[in-house]
Amino acid sequence: MTTAVATGAAGFLARFEGLKDHLPGARKPWLNTLRADAAAHFAARGFPTRRVEQWKYTDLGAVAQAHFTEPLTMVEGAIALPVANAPDRAVFVDGRFRADLSMLAGLPYRAVGLAQHLDEAEAQLGALAKPQHEPLAALNTMLFEDGLFIDVPAGIDGGLLELVSIALDPGRPFAFHPRHLIRLGAGASLTLIETATGRGQCLHNPVFEITVAEGATLTHGRLLQEEATVFHLSTIYATIAAGGTYDNFTVAAGPRLTRNEIHAALTGPRATCHMNGAQMAAEGQHVDTTTSLDHAAPDCASRQTYKTVLTGRSRGVFQGKILVRREAQKTDGYQMNQALLLSEDAEIDSKPQLEIYADDVKCSHGATVGALDADSLFYLRARGIPESQAKAMLVEAFLHEAVETVTDETLRAALTRALDSWWQRQGAAAA
Amino acid sequence: MPAVNETIEAVQSVTESTYKWGFETDIEMEFAPKGLNEDIVRFISAKKNEPAWLLEWRLRAFALWKTMETPLWAAVKHPPIDFQDSYYYAAPKEKVGPKSLDEVDPELLKTYAKLGIPLREQEILAGVEGAGSTPAEGRMPIAIDAVFDSVSVATSYKERLGKEGIIFCSISEAVQEHPDLVKKYLGSVVPQGDNFYAALNSAVFTDGSFVYIPKGVRCPMELSTYFRINAKSTGQFERTLIIADAGSHVSYLEGCTAPMRDENQLHAAVVELVAMDDATIKYSTVQNWYPGDAEGKGGIYNFVTKRGACRGARSKISWTQVETGSAITWKYPSCILQGEDSVGEFYSVAITNNYQQADTGTKMFHIGPRTKSTIVSKGISAGHGQNTYRGLVRIGAKATGARNFTQCDSLLIGDLCGAHTVPYIENRCMSAKVEHEATTSRIAEDQLFYCRQRGLTQEEAVGLIVNGFCREVLKELPMEFAVEAQKLLQISLEGSVG
Repeated sequence: MTTAVATGAAGFLARFEGLKDHLPGARKPWLNTLRADAAAHFAARGFPTRRVEQWKYTDLGAVAQAHFTEPLTMVEGAIALPVANAPDRAVFVDGRFRADLSMLAGLPYRAVGLAQHLDEAEAQLGALAKPQHEPLAALNTMLFEDGLFIDVPAGIDGGLLELVSIALDPGRPFAFHPRHLIRLGAGASLTLIETATGRGQCLHNPVFEITVAEGATLTHGRLLQEEATVFHLSTIYATIAAGGTYDNFTVAAGPRLTRNEIHAALTGPRATCHMNGAQMAAEGQHVDTTTSLDHAAPDCASRQTYKTVLTGRSRGVFQGKILVRREAQKTDGYQMNQALLLSEDAEIDSKPQLEIYADDVKCSHGATVGALDADSLFYLRARGIPESQAKAMLVEAFLHEAVETVTDETLRAALTRALDSWWQRQGAAAA
Repeated sequence: MPAVNETIEAVQSVTESTYKWGFETDIEMEFAPKGLNEDIVRFISAKKNEPAWLLEWRLRAFALWKTMETPLWAAVKHPPIDFQDSYYYAAPKEKVGPKSLDEVDPELLKTYAKLGIPLREQEILAGVEGAGSTPAEGRMPIAIDAVFDSVSVATSYKERLGKEGIIFCSISEAVQEHPDLVKKYLGSVVPQGDNFYAALNSAVFTDGSFVYIPKGVRCPMELSTYFRINAKSTGQFERTLIIADAGSHVSYLEGCTAPMRDENQLHAAVVELVAMDDATIKYSTVQNWYPGDAEGKGGIYNFVTKRGACRGARSKISWTQVETGSAITWKYPSCILQGEDSVGEFYSVAITNNYQQADTGTKMFHIGPRTKSTIVSKGISAGHGQNTYRGLVRIGAKATGARNFTQCDSLLIGDLCGAHTVPYIENRCMSAKVEHEATTSRIAEDQLFYCRQRGLTQEEAVGLIVNGFCREVLKELPMEFAVEAQKLLQISLEGSVG
């Protein structure tokens, strides 16, 4: 086991050695240093094993053993795009920005491919990510080839933008590590809908570095809908200044293994962070949401609601940590995670965590785990609703409770569609 | 709350002295040489005249211990412990049984008096001949086993318990008198290699209490052990084993104190409980080891492994603890719920003031069907105290219909302390239901204002509110302990307000 993990890390490190002169920005000393440092961290730590506390419930053995390679050539020509959720969209294929497929003309802010604009991103790249702590961020920093670079100037309402990521199956295991940088100036706002689709034996390992300035608002909806052969391991770092808001909603329903890891820091007074989501897993799948919220300033508020639904032989994980620093007086923190088990073979592991050093705070978390409520089911059956339909109604109600936290209507509609389509697929699979 | 007046008095009485159990008793002691090696293990075993199998058992534990590393996962900080710089055996020098209390070493008697042990029990504990043959009048007696440093000094009410077939004695005595029971159950709940400190304890434990309640017997009195670390540079490693046979019932109380010293002393106990069909064990602890001074100097490192096995159907194990002492507490009383419909409970109040650190909680392993567990934890942090609830609820695939409810509340007094909650929930059973909730808050200004308005001082008001905060746990304690616990809460929070 340990050997296999080390082998997996060695494979990536070997490819880094081979590729490092060809990666974007290879002639930029600052970037070379950044990549080399990350490689050193990754070499020292390798893929995290389950002995690492943050990875206690999620085993990356299968990722480490898969012998991924990087997609070396750009896929050319037209490809089928998923149904658009917004008129403006940035499209990535196998982790590379495709200007020809994207619709970004006439935006009141910059949204460009990172590989072509590295110099502008110098200050922001690596400012938040912690390769020394998160091996997957180290892996990403070492090997990233492209990403979306968004810069919304102060006071601008950026409206709605969709980030589409498509992974095509080249017939062999492959990995890509996009690095997305999002910066909102003071008072700016943006709604970003991210859609990830893909097939084949693929590792999608994105890292986001998100900066929300004073009074700015970023709404970030994520639909992780890759097929059940894909490993999706994403790490988001967000910092929110005074009066700013970061609102994240993630639907994870599809990949073989999903890790949705979010690190958010509230660094100015009255900053707000919402992290909500619904994660579903069916036979053979594993979903993991791991959040870490750092209350570093007074008068901030955070809300988290996560729902997990498990069917078949699947496993769900929720780990959520709220840290309240000494200076973060008047913090209002709330976290709820609920799991629904629909199969005898499913397993849920949950670890909510509070670490509090300030006294004038209001912090709470709750967790519940259970099967569908027998009384509710009976109530519906007694009214002539067939069992499968009654179950569907209850599951949908359970999931939609989380989606109700989303205020943006377009986003909410997209999230609802994603939830419904997952449930319908489960029904089809069962039938 | 009936004890409010007493709590207020307690607060007033402690303004001058904070830790009233900090006395040191000057008694002639016998020590084994400092340090830990196989010879010390053999020495302890020989000293206790133990059978070969127990020596083997200890040596196996010692071998395991040598391969283990000090656990570092708890949210506590302390310098590395030098296990060679401690005495592993310290016993009061033996004397022939005195005829009356007058002949008893007055220092020992003073100790008992300060510990609050009533005269009748004092006589028995001091080994006064003929004592304990007549029951104390007018109140429910409590049978007491007092463990002084490493050895059990005496056990009271033995005869009366014997009539019911109950065995209540020191574990050394049990090894001699009831070797089959000890051999069968020792290490059956906490194996030698369970964890670093349990392995250490298994190798060097010197005494502790042993309880066996026969089938269908309801123990007529509370059983109690007072643990006291007295000598300098000693570690205390007691081992308690309680077996409740089918249909029996026992309530067991445990209290602890230690003298004030600048050095840190190690207390690494192991408690094993076994409950058979329909048996109930109620285990209550008021832990008041010396917490160190206001600057965090000295105090006991309390690294304890407590675990109960609900082996039988419908058996029940209930842990109640009030943790006010120790510089560091590292303690997770747990229940293994094997029998169908068995029940595990954990009620805890943990207070950290000054530089105290507590990392405590419970583990509930649901194995059998329809097993139930309840966890209520109240953490109070003041001064520079750090208080962590760390708990695990694990529901196995066969624990159909299992049920858990967990509530962890933290109260912060002052802005230099910390309150942390780290629950782990692992569920592999669809029909199980698990609920967990945790809150963290401080004493609200309006609550304080309300009390102050009615003429209470700031400290009285805080005392009242804290007692209210802990009430769900305190009400689980037996009467005698509840009053003591409430006073302790007050004393522990001394100086944290205003």
